[in-house]
Amino acid sequence: MHRVAFAIVLLLLIISIPVVARLGGRGEVPTQLEQLKLKMAQDKHVPSVDHTKFAVLKEPFDSPEKVTEACLSCHTERGKEVMQSSHWRWDRVEYIPGHGIQALGKRNVLNNFCIGTQTNLASCDKCHAGFGFVDQKFDFNDPTHIDCLACHDNSGTYLRTSYGRPAESVDLNEVATHVGRPTRDNCGTCHFFGGGGNNTKHGDLEKSMFDPSREVDVHLAADGANIECVDCHKAKNHQLLGKVYSIASMDEQRSTCTQCHGETPHDKNRVLNEHTLKVACQTCHIPRYAKVNKTNTYWDWSAAGKFRDGKPYVVKDEQDNHLYMSIKGSFVWESNLIPEYIFFNGTAGHYLLGDKVEGDGPVKLNTLYGSYDDPESKIIPVKVHRAKQLFDPVTRMLIQPKLVGKEKGEGAYWKDFDWDEAARVGMEAVGLPYSGEYSFIDTEMTWPLNHMVSPADEAVSCVECHTRDGSRLAGLKGFYMPGRDRSETVERIGKLALLIALGGVLLHGGVRLVAHQFGKGAV
Amino acid sequence: MSEKKVYIYTRFERFWHWMQAMLIFFLLLTGFEVHGSYKFFGYDQAVRYHAVAAYALIVLIAFAIFWHAVTGQWKQYVPTRKMLTAQLRYYILGIFRDEPHPTRKTALSKLNPLQRLVYLGLKILVIPVMVISGVLYMLYRYPSSHGVAAINVDSLTFIAVLHTAGAFALAFFIIAHVYLTTTGRTVTSNLEAMMTGYEVIEDDTPDGEAPERGEPRPDETTSDHPEHAPEIAANA
Repeated sequence: MHRVAFAIVLLLLIISIPVVARLGGRGEVPTQLEQLKLKMAQDKHVPSVDHTKFAVLKEPFDSPEKVTEACLSCHTERGKEVMQSSHWRWDRVEYIPGHGIQALGKRNVLNNFCIGTQTNLASCDKCHAGFGFVDQKFDFNDPTHIDCLACHDNSGTYLRTSYGRPAESVDLNEVATHVGRPTRDNCGTCHFFGGGGNNTKHGDLEKSMFDPSREVDVHLAADGANIECVDCHKAKNHQLLGKVYSIASMDEQRSTCTQCHGETPHDKNRVLNEHTLKVACQTCHIPRYAKVNKTNTYWDWSAAGKFRDGKPYVVKDEQDNHLYMSIKGSFVWESNLIPEYIFFNGTAGHYLLGDKVEGDGPVKLNTLYGSYDDPESKIIPVKVHRAKQLFDPVTRMLIQPKLVGKEKGEGAYWKDFDWDEAARVGMEAVGLPYSGEYSFIDTEMTWPLNHMVSPADEAVSCVECHTRDGSRLAGLKGFYMPGRDRSETVERIGKLALLIALGGVLLHGGVRLVAHQFGKGAV
Repeated sequence: MSEKKVYIYTRFERFWHWMQAMLIFFLLLTGFEVHGSYKFFGYDQAVRYHAVAAYALIVLIAFAIFWHAVTGQWKQYVPTRKMLTAQLRYYILGIFRDEPHPTRKTALSKLNPLQRLVYLGLKILVIPVMVISGVLYMLYRYPSSHGVAAINVDSLTFIAVLHTAGAFALAFFIIAHVYLTTTGRTVTSNLEAMMTGYEVIEDDTPDGEAPERGEPRPDETTSDHPEHAPEIAANA
C-alpha cells in the first residue's frame, strides 16, 4: 500500500514543476502596462486657449510671415526657442568620433537618397520649419521666417509647396485660428515622406501611420494607446526629445521606450526583464517594418540619365513608388521586412563631406557603434539602406552633386542630365575639389527602427533568435546565445558518446541474450 | 547456497533516487530543448521548467548530503581497487558465461567497486560541475555596468559549453545505468529493490565463495528506521 502512496507522491512532485513554473505574474495587482494605460487616460491634454477668440488672428494676412508675427505678438519668446531647435537650424553641435566637435545636420550631411541638401535647398526646403531657406543666404536669426503653422496647424488644411511657402489655396486665418499641440498630421507631413516619397527613408514611418491599425502601431492606433508623436517626443522650449542617427552622433536627448515603460516592464518575468540589459525593447517588439507600404531599400544613382523617346521618364509600381526615374536612377522597394540587427551604444560616426574613402566600399555614411562587450550597447533593429552614389575616384571623395535647378545650363542634373557638370558645380558650391573624373560607389546608411511597435502578443518569439538555423541574430557574433550557439567539439563527442552507449547496451544485451539461448548463460 | 530477502534501500534513499532520476531526466529533456536540439515544450516553457526543476534538484541534493552525512552512508562511495578489475571482467566476459557476480551486495555494502567509482565521480565531479555551472548560467547577468562588476561574467561560452558537456555525460550515464540494472540476479531484481527496498540476495553462508564488496566496510547499519532493520526472509 505504501508503495502506491510513495509512487503517487513522487508523481505529484514531478507534475508540480510546470505548475510552480506558472505561478507568479498572475494576481490582483494591475500590470505595469495597465497602470500606464490608466495614467495616459487620466493625463489627456486639454488646451488652455481658444485661438478663435483672438482678434489678431482674424486680420487678413497678406503673407505667411505676418501670421508668424501675430503668433510672436503673444508668444514673444518662443521664436528664440525655435531658432535654437534642429527643426530650424538643421544642425546640432555634437562630438563626432574622428571629426571632433561639429555642427552636423541635414544642412551639411550626406545621405543615401538625394545625397545632400546643399545645392538642392529649393526642393528640400519644403520640410524646413521656415520660409525661404532656398540658398545659403537664408537669415537664421530672423524669427519672422519661422513657419509656426507647419507644426501647429490643427485645422488639417495647411499645405506647403516647394520653396517652403504655403500653397495659394491655404486660408491663413482659418489655419491661424485653429492652432494647437502638434499632431501626427503635422509631424507626418515631413517625417513620413522624407527622401522624396512615402516611406523612402525610415521604413517605420510612413503614411499608414496617420491612422494605423493596432497591428501596425500600438501607440498611434485609434484602438491602441492613440497617442501623438509628441507624447513620446516630448518638447521643452521647442527642443524635442529624439533624434535620428542618420545625422546625430551622441547619446543624449533621446526619446526612449523606457521613459514611459521603465527598464523592467515585463512584470514578474525575470528572464524577459533581464534581456533588457542587452536587448533593446524595439528588437522584440518591432518584429517587422514597412508593414503596410513599401520602403525604399536600394537606390542606384548610376542608372539615371536614360531617356525614352528622347525624354526623361518614370516607371512606378502598384503603390506609386518610383522604380525608375531618369533624374534619380533605379529603386528597389520592399514591404513587411525583417530588420537587420546590430549592437548599438547610442553613439554614431559619420562620413562628412571631404572625407577620403578607404577601400572600395560600401562607404558607410553613418556608423552606429557598439559591441557585445560594451556594457552600454544593446541589440537594436535597423533598416540598412543601400545605394550607389557619385564618387570621385581621384580625390576619393563622395561627390555632392547639384541636382535641383530652375533652368537648364545651371549644371543641375535634373535639368541637364550631365553628371560631370553637376559634380563640378556641386563640389564648387561646397568648397571641395573635383578632379573631373567620376564613378559610382556602393554606400550604406543605417536607420534604427523605433516605430511600428506591434502588440505584445506579436512580439518576436524566443525561438526566432534562440535557434540554430535562421536565427534573427545569426549575424551578431562575439557572444554565446543559448539555442543558437554550441561547441561543435562537445556536440560531436557528446553525440558520439551517446551513440556508443546505446550501441554498447544493445550489443551487450544482445550477446547476453544469445549466450543465454545457447546454454546456461546468465540473462 | 541459499537466498534471503534483505532490506537494502531505506525509504529516503528510494525517494531520493527516484526524485533525482526524474528530475535529471526532466532537466535533460528541457535542457536540450534550450540547447536547440529539438522543440517540445516550447522554448520559453522549457527555460522556465528547467529553472524550477533545477532549484528542486538543488534542494533534493541538500537533503541527500545531509542524509549521507548523518547516516554515514557516504562510506558506501569510498573507492576501492579491490575486485575492480574482477567486476570489469565480469561485465565484459563473465556475464556471458554464467559466472557468478564477483562481488556480493549486502545492506552494509551496496555498491560494487565499479559503482563506487562511477557514483563517486558523479557526486564529486559531474553533479557539482552541473550545479555550479547551472547556477552561474541562471544568475548570469550579461556584461552590465549596473551590477556589481566583480560578479560580472564576461561570457557565457565557458559556462554553457561546460554545462552541455555535463549534460551529455549524465545522459551517457543514464543509458548505461538503466541497462546495468538488468544485470542483477534477475533482469528486474535491481529495479524491484530500488522500488521496494528489498532485494533477494545470496545468503551470507560461511562457505560463501563470493567475497564481500569493496572496503572498508561501513560500521553503521543502513537503516535509520528500527522497524525496517535488515530483515531476513526465508526464500529458498
